[in-house]
Amino acid sequence: MSFLSYFRSQRKKNASSAARAKERLQIIVARERLQCAGGPDYLPMLQDELLAVVRKYIQVDRNAVRMQLDQEGDCEVLELNITLPDGTETSARVR
Amino acid sequence: MTRIIVVTSGKGGVGKTTTSAAFAAGLASAGRRTAVIDFDVGLRSLDLIMGCERRVVYDFINVINGEAALKQALIKDKRIPGLFILPASQTRDKDALTTEGVERVLDELSEEFDYIICDSPAGIERGAYLAMYFADEAIVVTNPEVSSVRDSDRVLGLLASKTRRAERGEPSVRERLLVTRYAPSRVGKGEMLSVEDVQEILAIELLGVIPESTTVLNASNSGMPVILEARSDAGQAYQDAVARFLGEEREHRFLTEKKGLFGRLFGGSSA
Repeated sequence: MSFLSYFRSQRKKNASSAARAKERLQIIVARERLQCAGGPDYLPMLQDELLAVVRKYIQVDRNAVRMQLDQEGDCEVLELNITLPDGTETSARVR
Repeated sequence: MTRIIVVTSGKGGVGKTTTSAAFAAGLASAGRRTAVIDFDVGLRSLDLIMGCERRVVYDFINVINGEAALKQALIKDKRIPGLFILPASQTRDKDALTTEGVERVLDELSEEFDYIICDSPAGIERGAYLAMYFADEAIVVTNPEVSSVRDSDRVLGLLASKTRRAERGEPSVRERLLVTRYAPSRVGKGEMLSVEDVQEILAIELLGVIPESTTVLNASNSGMPVILEARSDAGQAYQDAVARFLGEEREHRFLTEKKGLFGRLFGGSSA
């Protein structure tokens, strides 16, 4: 279960609009803080192009690709997570 | 020691200028010599909110360009001693603001004033950047509404990275939250983010909550800083916020729905 779907599952059907506003803000603010905290601006494009390549072979959803840049010591790790349609998770690490 | 305060928000129309005018008037009323600068070059508004629009002769850009002395451009408020307004230019564009020019004006003001309030324009362009660059403290004005909260978070990111304090590795800009246009009755119905929600998301100290009030528009109609409307909710909430800013402990008011006569008679616990 992804980070986003965790929050989605928390949503009550009859939640007030203020509660929805708070939930949406928590998600978007967390994402934007990550982006602003040093994510290079080519990441979205890289994600798009990688997704296009994957899609040549496997039909996956746009949201099934997650990319993250981490720092491990003095080494930057680009982590790519693709959730395949049958539910098994493939993970590739590029250094 | 002069403190430079930026009033900022990212989003437009949330109450930056109203807040700048209120804080300037409040600090000056408390005996602090205060100058308030409009950084919205091309779209000035502080002069109108302060009620001095017909007394503008020279402006901030004239001073930066050396076309007028700072003393000539500063407008002395007629109501409160020790309060001065430096209006923005209405005709030039934002590129007329230079880092060196702004620094020079702030340095000169620092010789004479206890507080310098920088009223930031909306957005995150040059004017907004320079309004926050030299700040010691920030008042982040936020409406309990999704786009305003998101923009405020963005601005907090900039305060932490794009200010002189950040670049020099000095102690960071002190950031405090002012929630404006707060409607407790709508919060009660679950239609509006509560102040706790906003504070939880932005995770900064709460300076005050200004209730939605007809007085704010009435005050701006007549060019009167709303804090001087001492009998109104909004005026009192600003007075509390200024007192807290100056280190006083004050209980937050106007966070719950005001009860009418009927509510007061039959509502039980309300004091």
